[in-house]
Amino acid sequence: MQNAQPPSLPAGPDFARLLFGRLSWDALPLHEPIVVGTFLVVAAVGLAVLAGVTRYRLWGYLWREWLTSVDHKKIGAMYVILGLVMLLRGFVDALMMRAQQALSFGQSQGFLPPHHYDQLFTAHGVIMIFFVAMPLVVGLMNFVVPLQIGARDVAFPVMNNVSFWMTAGGAVMMMLSLFVGEFASTGWLAYPPLSGAAFSPGVGVDYYIWALQIAGVGTLLSAVNLVATIIKMRAPGMSLMKMPVFTWTALCTNVLIVATFPVLTAVLALLSLDREAGTHFFTNDLGGNPMMYVNLIWIWGHPEVYILILPAFGVFSEIVPTFSRKPLFGYVSMVYATIAITVLSYLVWLHHFFTMGAGGDVNGFFGITTMVISIPTGAKIFNWLFTMYRGRVRLELPMLWTLGFMVTFVIGGMTGVLLAVPAADFVLHNSLFLVAHFHNVIIGGVIFGMFAGINYWFPKAFGFRLDEFWGRLSFGFWLVGFYLAFMPLYVLGLMGVTRRMSHFEDPSLRIWFVIAAVGAGLILLGIASFMVQIAVSVKNREALRDLTGDPWDARTLEWSTASPPPEYNFAFTPVVHANDTWWDMKSRGYQRPSAGYLPIHMPRNTAAGMILAAISVAIGFGLVWHIWWLAAAAGAGLLVVAIGHSFVEAGKRVISVKQVAGAERVRRDLIRSVA
Amino acid sequence: MSTGSQLRLVASAPRLRFHLIEPYHPENSVLLGFWIYLMSDCLIFAVLFATYGVLGRSYAGGPSGATLFELPVVAVNTGLLLVSSFTYGMAMISAQGGARRSALAWLGVTGLFGCGFLALELSEFANLLGQGAGPQRSAFLSSFFTLVGTHGLHVVFGVIWLATLMVQVARRGLTETNLRRLLCLSLFWHFLDVIWIGVFSLVYLVGAMQ
Amino acid sequence: MKFPKAILALPLLFALCACKMVVMDPAGDVALQQRDLILLATGLMLLIIVPVIMLTLLFAWRYRASNTQARYAPDWSHSAPLELVVWAAPLAIILILGSVTWVSSHTLDPYRPLDRIAAGRPVPAGVKPLRVQVVALDWKWLFIYPDLGVATVNELAAPVDTPIAFDITAASVMNSFDAPALAGQIYAMPGMQTRLHAVVNRTGVSEGFSANYSGEGFSGMRFRVEGLRRDDFDRWVAGLRAGGSQLTRADYLRLARPSAEVPILHYGTVDHGLFSAVVNQCVEPGHVCMGDMSAPAYGHVADRLEPSMSMASASGPRPGSANGRSLSKGQ
Repeated sequence: MQNAQPPSLPAGPDFARLLFGRLSWDALPLHEPIVVGTFLVVAAVGLAVLAGVTRYRLWGYLWREWLTSVDHKKIGAMYVILGLVMLLRGFVDALMMRAQQALSFGQSQGFLPPHHYDQLFTAHGVIMIFFVAMPLVVGLMNFVVPLQIGARDVAFPVMNNVSFWMTAGGAVMMMLSLFVGEFASTGWLAYPPLSGAAFSPGVGVDYYIWALQIAGVGTLLSAVNLVATIIKMRAPGMSLMKMPVFTWTALCTNVLIVATFPVLTAVLALLSLDREAGTHFFTNDLGGNPMMYVNLIWIWGHPEVYILILPAFGVFSEIVPTFSRKPLFGYVSMVYATIAITVLSYLVWLHHFFTMGAGGDVNGFFGITTMVISIPTGAKIFNWLFTMYRGRVRLELPMLWTLGFMVTFVIGGMTGVLLAVPAADFVLHNSLFLVAHFHNVIIGGVIFGMFAGINYWFPKAFGFRLDEFWGRLSFGFWLVGFYLAFMPLYVLGLMGVTRRMSHFEDPSLRIWFVIAAVGAGLILLGIASFMVQIAVSVKNREALRDLTGDPWDARTLEWSTASPPPEYNFAFTPVVHANDTWWDMKSRGYQRPSAGYLPIHMPRNTAAGMILAAISVAIGFGLVWHIWWLAAAAGAGLLVVAIGHSFVEAGKRVISVKQVAGAERVRRDLIRSVA
Repeated sequence: MSTGSQLRLVASAPRLRFHLIEPYHPENSVLLGFWIYLMSDCLIFAVLFATYGVLGRSYAGGPSGATLFELPVVAVNTGLLLVSSFTYGMAMISAQGGARRSALAWLGVTGLFGCGFLALELSEFANLLGQGAGPQRSAFLSSFFTLVGTHGLHVVFGVIWLATLMVQVARRGLTETNLRRLLCLSLFWHFLDVIWIGVFSLVYLVGAMQ
Repeated sequence: MKFPKAILALPLLFALCACKMVVMDPAGDVALQQRDLILLATGLMLLIIVPVIMLTLLFAWRYRASNTQARYAPDWSHSAPLELVVWAAPLAIILILGSVTWVSSHTLDPYRPLDRIAAGRPVPAGVKPLRVQVVALDWKWLFIYPDLGVATVNELAAPVDTPIAFDITAASVMNSFDAPALAGQIYAMPGMQTRLHAVVNRTGVSEGFSANYSGEGFSGMRFRVEGLRRDDFDRWVAGLRAGGSQLTRADYLRLARPSAEVPILHYGTVDHGLFSAVVNQCVEPGHVCMGDMSAPAYGHVADRLEPSMSMASASGPRPGSANGRSLSKGQ
């Protein structure tokens, strides 16, 4: 790419370089049939969606109700949709990797050249962590937290919209890299010196950096927002120790985001300075130190794992009591376990590179701190277990995912503690055993948790439950598929097979890769079943309709309002007296008020998020391709928009008493109709 | 939850009350949000300080701080920034007293001191580059320029923000929103002062003594 | 289609596989201790994992909503003794495992010279370890035997029951020197030097590789590891010397250019001080050694290098790095 000649333009090459930087026709991967095919599919789907929206005149609706919405529920849903769409992309990468590793033995080189394969595993990791797991987690928190604490929205609704669009902007950069240029081929953490300008001169690492920087701004802003929301906006009476556990985990996770994402921002900025400005932070020469990058990125990277898993723990802590018809066992110890994990997650980063040769004291210290995390985690597992004990366990979809999690996650936890023993890590580090371990905890923990959460809160968000049959099928395929896909990788790890290989010689390994590929195929069926589940549920939505707002007979405040909730969430701000507030209200014979409504002030919609994200993508694109004028102009534009926005008085919209009363009356009638 | 004590609950028999009948306005979260943002910004500086701590002696055969730093200039610079923090404090006192013109005047003085700081810093950078001691020369200089430059960039944004706020105060007066914004910027401005004290002592003083 | 047949053979392969798990059946004493550690840690954790899985399934079944026979305690959510157990059980396991970890982190520290060659067999007095200097190149391994004056590419031979001391570095990007049959791995990093001590107790061949992704030719970055009887090893060394190939600095620079799937190469003589020059990034004529510039950022190199002459100018760009390292076939 770096040597590409500019396209034939009337002016000289210098002019083209000024105008287009290093972007040229060669950047379009027309010679790679797989990428062209992908592009055609994506383009076809995209055009179909656009045509559909136009055909049914949905543009106005989309713009007003979704794209410019500042409603935390809609933004949460958009995050989840973004995460699911990106899951498809990340999973296609995974399928291609599994196929390549099953095929590429001996004489056969498989169907992917190393350069393409290397981009695949890099993109797979980046997408799954930043653009699947993060949006799903942030989306659920966005949707659930204000409802759970009895608030009408988050603390900064406009900023919430901006956060979402910045995350989406990062995803756009990711997708751009597939079709214009290339992505990094460095592994998902882009260790230098490999990711430095000397060894990765192309645009791939730059796409990596700017996709993450843009999305990172969104993540950080959303964390600031949620921390402020939880601290300032809880309903009267809800002391910290009366907060639902999901809100607790959301608080801890967002504190962790605020405390770690700046480190990622800084270290990626230093890497881009090395690449663009010729500095020597992580270079081999003139005093640079690549291991500093490895340390810094894991100071962000390890807490990131807990940023993802804590909200999943929160989801399970809501689901298990609801479906066992019992309060959560050991609420207090659950909260302290969450806090302990939050603090400890900061003290373990070095276990990602015991093999750097730091010596027995350092390695021993970080090994033991890592193991210590398993104590609060173990306590949590036991607490869920004893919540089921002497309960009335309903094996509905959210609970199935939870049980799948409990069985699967402890296995991943066990192999994790094993990897935390430095001397054992010397033989297992970077092997497929490690790959199996982190998929075991991320799929078995985060993904199962997100599916549990989606099945659990879907009726709250959209007013109807998800189809049971296809949901069970999806769960079954995921569960069996997971074990088939990743247990062989544990075995391969013990056979001394390392990760990120595009070709193998030893034919005896092959059977395990074939089994793993079959497992990936089953997971594909699981994802397909999930999509069918959504489609079938939308089709049968009248039959699945939730009229009460409380389809699971649940315990926390979000179930006290309608499904879907009105945009103001609660006509009256709830007053909290106990944990499991809604259960407490129900058991004390709470009566819904039918009069005395007040007008409600809600913030106005904004296009700020889309504008700022579009400008940020333009800046990123300019910096990736060295189109300096574009980056500079867009940067100036960003400043102008920001200053201009500060002159606009924050708009408020008033929802009149009449409207509120009308909406609440409809709801009462519905409930009466089922009662 | 300041309104908590004044909550009036639905009046009816002995049962507990489960909702408010009054409008409920949680306390404004802007200051808290801005504090959280500042803490995250502080972490960026923490990384840059740590980087400087690791690389600060990797001269790679190039010049060291002892040969490059001109402490008198840096001392003047530090003075400018410290005084600007004081003048910002005066601006806040005026603003809280409702004295718009005096507040604007103090803000203007603060901005001038900020610009003076930036001018001196830029001349220092130009001087270093002229000696061939640019950020590409060694890891020490890379981390030096990045740390000091990032602080400088923050000051640039602070000055732009200050100018914007002055226009807003001039046009709309000391409204509640403007006062809150002034308070946020004052946090930002003092924060930059604190960071600079770290830069001055850990980079310049320690560097010049080596 | 081979797949269906292969799946039918699955249980058989499961049984056969056990003997090919190099981590479970290594050839060297260090890796053997690492295996024992894995087994011990797994066993300890199974004490808690197995009951948890069983209880999860048991409780979900026993207390299913349709089973109205089971006891239902709708408000029960706290029990001090039970919570004590909930915290104490993992704590107890971690206390034991933590102690094992602390001790093993020191006894199996790769930097620590071996004091035994196998269980119950201390290193005989007067036996000096075989020194091997390892350089990770794009994308092959260079092994220098400084005391023997010979070198190889992609082949590591060692006499059985003799401690081996590896000094490890990389020429361009980070790799990980991994010989799972001997002692696991340690990173190979440019401009730095790491160390690994190992021993091989069995004759025979196993495989070593890079365990840290390093670019396009990474998959083929494998080397042959062979344990030889002492006399066979001496014959092997004599063979290298008789081959007569030299590894001068110029040869090294040619070798260091990116290439993949490189066959085994033998060198009868090696430029003295080559390894130290590689660590200090000054093999190329005109490049000033890092150790001569200033104290390097990381401690490892400083251990062995003394700053001598003051430097005149900075080093320029490194060879083969200006345009990246795309792999051209046939190099």
